[in-house]
Amino acid sequence: MKKTTNLAFYVPYILWILLFVIAPMLLIVYQSFFNIEGQFTFSNYATYFHSSTYIMMTINSVWYAFLITALTLVISYPAAYLLHYAKHKELWLLLIILPTWINLLLKAYAFIGIFSQDGGINTFLQMMGLGTHQFLFTDFSFIFVASYIEIPFMILPIFNGIEELNEGLVNASRDLGAKWWQTFTRVILPLTMSGVKSGVQAVFIPSLSLFMLTRLIGGNRVITLGTAIEEHFLTTMNWGMGSTIGVILIIAMVVIMFLTGERKKKGGRRA
Amino acid sequence: MSNTIIELQHVSKQYGDTEVLKDINIEIEQGKFYTLLGPSGSGKTTILRAIAGFLDPTKGDVLFNGQRINDIPANERKVNTVFQDYALFPHLNVFENVAYGLRVQKIAKADIETRVDAALKMVRLNGLADREISELSGGQQQRVAIARAIVLEPEVLLLDEPLSALDAKLRKDMQYELRELQQRLGITFLFVTHDQEEALALSDEIFVMNDGEVQQSGTPVDIYDEPVNHFVADFIGESNIVAGHMVQDYLVEFNGKQFECADAGMRPNESVEVVLRPEDLDITALGGGKVTVDVDTQLFRGDYYEIVAYDDAKNEWLIHSTNPAKDGERVDLTFDPEDIHVMRLNESEEDFDARLESYEGE
Repeated sequence: MKKTTNLAFYVPYILWILLFVIAPMLLIVYQSFFNIEGQFTFSNYATYFHSSTYIMMTINSVWYAFLITALTLVISYPAAYLLHYAKHKELWLLLIILPTWINLLLKAYAFIGIFSQDGGINTFLQMMGLGTHQFLFTDFSFIFVASYIEIPFMILPIFNGIEELNEGLVNASRDLGAKWWQTFTRVILPLTMSGVKSGVQAVFIPSLSLFMLTRLIGGNRVITLGTAIEEHFLTTMNWGMGSTIGVILIIAMVVIMFLTGERKKKGGRRA
Repeated sequence: MSNTIIELQHVSKQYGDTEVLKDINIEIEQGKFYTLLGPSGSGKTTILRAIAGFLDPTKGDVLFNGQRINDIPANERKVNTVFQDYALFPHLNVFENVAYGLRVQKIAKADIETRVDAALKMVRLNGLADREISELSGGQQQRVAIARAIVLEPEVLLLDEPLSALDAKLRKDMQYELRELQQRLGITFLFVTHDQEEALALSDEIFVMNDGEVQQSGTPVDIYDEPVNHFVADFIGESNIVAGHMVQDYLVEFNGKQFECADAGMRPNESVEVVLRPEDLDITALGGGKVTVDVDTQLFRGDYYEIVAYDDAKNEWLIHSTNPAKDGERVDLTFDPEDIHVMRLNESEEDFDARLESYEGE
């Protein structure tokens, strides 16, 4: 009796997983084996691996995701560290989280306004006598806006990691003669690494498949796998090829998860 | 005083309105085992942190070998700390924890190996070098913390209640080991504890702290036998403290009777407190003693009986005796003149020492 009620609680969750996670993934894998005429084929994969365009696109995606992740990490780690020691840290934290509650498209449109020819920055530059510059539809603007959007997802796990760090260990390190930088690299960084890894996962993986920003901010100059999938499904109607890229993307994500995941450390003297 | 290694001069520390240290003056000599003893919140750990460099005194100077070190950061001070929670690095194994202080000094690898192995041997942990910290017992973690500090050969080792997390048996063992280690290494230990038995057993010298002040300093025997005030008498060991007054030198009156004693130097008829240690009281037959009491309860403590009795004025008397008493029995207590210790009210440690000198020198 009790067992059945317990099981009942799982039903919505299991249904959700089946319908919206497992089934779509299976459908994507299934679709990827059919060509545009609906015939079973491996040609989509062959095309993918033999086409320099797709390979370049993949490298591009990874490269931009890497740049975005690196930039957010470089900004977020010091920010999270300072936040830990700040007064009123709840308030600062709220200010960091707040932008994530705003719709992604709204934020993108806001940046179009800021970066455009007659936008805020160019007006300011003109006032300073520096003339107008092209910001919108550049690599710079794409990486800038993507980083801006991803930063909260990087700061939060790192901040939590630093909050969990025992302050006594920092004191112990100083007591044993370590300079600040040594304490940072030998104690603080290794012990907050799990936060960094979560942050990297939370930023790198979504960045691989960014496509709205590539169009609105990057002006389609930056073409990632996300853009390619969108094109295949909506424009060329080649669902099979779109699914193939989707499968590649899923595999890439699994690889990233594996690389940044926790592994059990082996004992042993490290020389 | 050439071998004074650490000196605190008029050190005080304030957090807002609360004064956690009030004009502390302490001198620590090389090669001895010192203990800061006091209840929690008495400021003993604050003193340790001021010496280690984790907090700045509001006023006063911290001297190391005669040099003012207030402005020297913790990582450049020649003292090392064994922390209360050990603060071992969880991401490093035993060897790397102990090697940490050597690694940051960029010492040659071969030297590190020999020195770490020697330190681990010193705390009897050789063979566990490759263990992770999480695989160790509390006592073993304690030893790693000590090894990590002594491998740097500090001139002074600060120990912040290092035994408080251990169970009673292990604690006793570690007390012996600490004492032995200190004697073997010959370095100064400054040990913080709230456990008076531990302090009495380990120390060459004790500083008894309360309310941010040093109440009394001296050898364990001095402090036990001649506590300067009510707090010290009460905190160190068990004691019976009764109000009385001094009739004249070497004669004190309490419980309505006059007793010979070994104290002098007070004003005639001055109000005083009299301390009698429970183990100095002997039970005798009615009529043969100095104070008459009714036995109330007793507890068997293993090596002695702890007997609680009340006199006719309803004062409680605590007696330690090797023989049991009978509940409800009316008995006499007897003691020798030198068992009586008389304390003046609000006498400072300096005045106390001066007075003692004035009549003991006669």
